[in-house]
Amino acid sequence: MARYVVATTGDIPVGTNKVVTVRGREIAVFNVKGAFYAFLNKCPHEGARLCHGAVVGLVRSDEPGTFEYTRQGEILRCPWHGWEFDIRTGQSWVDPENTWVKNYPASIERGGKLVEGPYKAEVFPVSVEEDYVVLEV
Amino acid sequence: MNETLVRTAGATPVKDGVVDCDIHPLPARPDDVLAYMPERWQEHHRVYGSHFRAPFRESSPWPRAAPAISRRDAWPPNGNMPGSDLPFMREQHLDLHNIEFGILQVLGFATGSQRNLDYSAAIASALNQWQLDYWCNPEPRLKGSIVIPTEDPEAAVAEIERWAGHPAFAQIFMTPRLTEPMGRRRYWPIYEAASRHNLPIGIHGGGHGAHATTGGGWPSYYIEEHPTAGQSAQALITSLIVEGVLERWTNLRFVVVEAGFAWVPALGWRLDKHWRRLRSEVPHIERLPSEQMHQHFWFTTQPVDEPERPDDMRRTFDWIGWDRILYASDYPHWDFDDPRYAFPFRLSPEERAMLFRDNAVSLFGLA
Repeated sequence: MARYVVATTGDIPVGTNKVVTVRGREIAVFNVKGAFYAFLNKCPHEGARLCHGAVVGLVRSDEPGTFEYTRQGEILRCPWHGWEFDIRTGQSWVDPENTWVKNYPASIERGGKLVEGPYKAEVFPVSVEEDYVVLEV
Repeated sequence: MNETLVRTAGATPVKDGVVDCDIHPLPARPDDVLAYMPERWQEHHRVYGSHFRAPFRESSPWPRAAPAISRRDAWPPNGNMPGSDLPFMREQHLDLHNIEFGILQVLGFATGSQRNLDYSAAIASALNQWQLDYWCNPEPRLKGSIVIPTEDPEAAVAEIERWAGHPAFAQIFMTPRLTEPMGRRRYWPIYEAASRHNLPIGIHGGGHGAHATTGGGWPSYYIEEHPTAGQSAQALITSLIVEGVLERWTNLRFVVVEAGFAWVPALGWRLDKHWRRLRSEVPHIERLPSEQMHQHFWFTTQPVDEPERPDDMRRTFDWIGWDRILYASDYPHWDFDDPRYAFPFRLSPEERAMLFRDNAVSLFGLA
C-alpha cells in the first residue's frame, strides 16, 4: 500500500468531492465537515459514478408521524437509483451486511512534511506551505 | 461482499449491438415542438396552457426521486434538460452502450390525457414531426413512436394513417390510464388501424389519468405509486382480453413498457381459472386468456426486479416466453438499467441475443 497526494485541502470545499485516478482506479474524495473520505467512484449496485450523487442527511423514524433528521452531509445517494451510502465508511444503508463501496484511508498532511517523503506525489505537485489530502491505495 | 462486483458505468465495453426499447427524448425548448402546431393552437397553448392532472404546472402528481426524474449525471453540458441533447445522448448512452436501435417514448405534453381533443390532436401531430426532425432523421438508430390523441379515436386513426409505413416510426404510442379501460369499444378504431398496418402498440407505464392509480384509492408516496404501473398493466391486459379485442384483431402486438413482468404468470393463472368457470359470460372469448397473453404481449425489463433468488427471474421468463422479453434502459430517467448489469443471473449467448436485440428487431421489423 502506497500513499498518494491527490489534492490540496482547498481544492475540495466542504460538501463536495473530487475524482482522482490512482493506479488506474477512479476514486472520489469527499470533504465532510473538514474531514476527508475516499472511495471507489462506482456504485456496487449497477456501477454509476458516485461523484454525481447527492450529499444528504439521514432521516429515520421510530413510528409513523415522527422522524429524526441527523448526520446532515454525511450520506451519499447514488445518482441513479438513490441507494444511500455512509460517506465515512462506504457502507450501504439499505444492505449494510452485504454491500459497501471500497474505501481508502485519507488523511491531511502538511506540505513541509510531504516533501520529505516517502509519499508518491506524482498524482499531484506539492509545495511546502499548503495542506494536502493523502490517500493510501 | 458485493465489492467483488464493482464496476463503473462505461468501464466495460458492450460487445454486441443492443436494442433499447425505452428512451425518453425531451425538447430543449417547448417551442421546438410548439412550432409544428398551427398558430391557433400555439396561441391556445400560450393563453390557456396544457391540461395536466397535477397540482402545479411542470410538476408530477407525485414527487420524484431525482430532479427531472433523471439520473443526476444525465444533464447535458449545455444545462438543458436530460434527454434533450442528441450529441450528449450519443456520448452517454447510444455509443457507450452500443445501442444499435433505440425506441423513443415521448411522455411530454400529456397528449393522451388532454380534455380538449382538438388541442390533443395538434400536440400529437407536432410531437411526431418533432421526433422525425430532431431525432430520427439526424440519428437513424432512433425510431419514433406515433403519438396519438387517444381519447379522439377518429383523429388518432388519422395520425396513424399519416405515419404508418414510415421507416422512422416503429410503433404506436399509448399510455395505460385512459378515460375507460383500454379494451372498451371507444378505442377500437385505434386497434383496427394498428391491425391494418401491422403496427405494434407500445404502452408506456404511467400517465395521469382521471382515476386513482391503485384499485384502493390515491397513493400517499412515490414508493406506493411507482409499482402501480404493474396494476395498470394488469388492468389493461385483462380489459383487452375480456372485451374481445384480441379475438377480433388476431395480429395485434402490444408492448408493455416499464410496468414490470414478475406478475405476468400470476395474472395468466388467475384469468385462466376464472375463464374456465365464467366463460359463458364472455362467449366472444374462445382462447384461454394465458394463450392470448403469450401471443399478443411483449414486456420490457426496466426497472428490472431484483429477486433474492435470481433463478426465480429465469423461471418467470420461462413462463412469459424468452421471445417476449425486451431490454429497455429508460434513459435518461433515474431508474435507468445498464445493459451490462441489469440481469442478476448468467444468460446463455442465445438468451442474451434474444433479450438484448433479436426479439426487438423481429417485433419492430428493425433493419
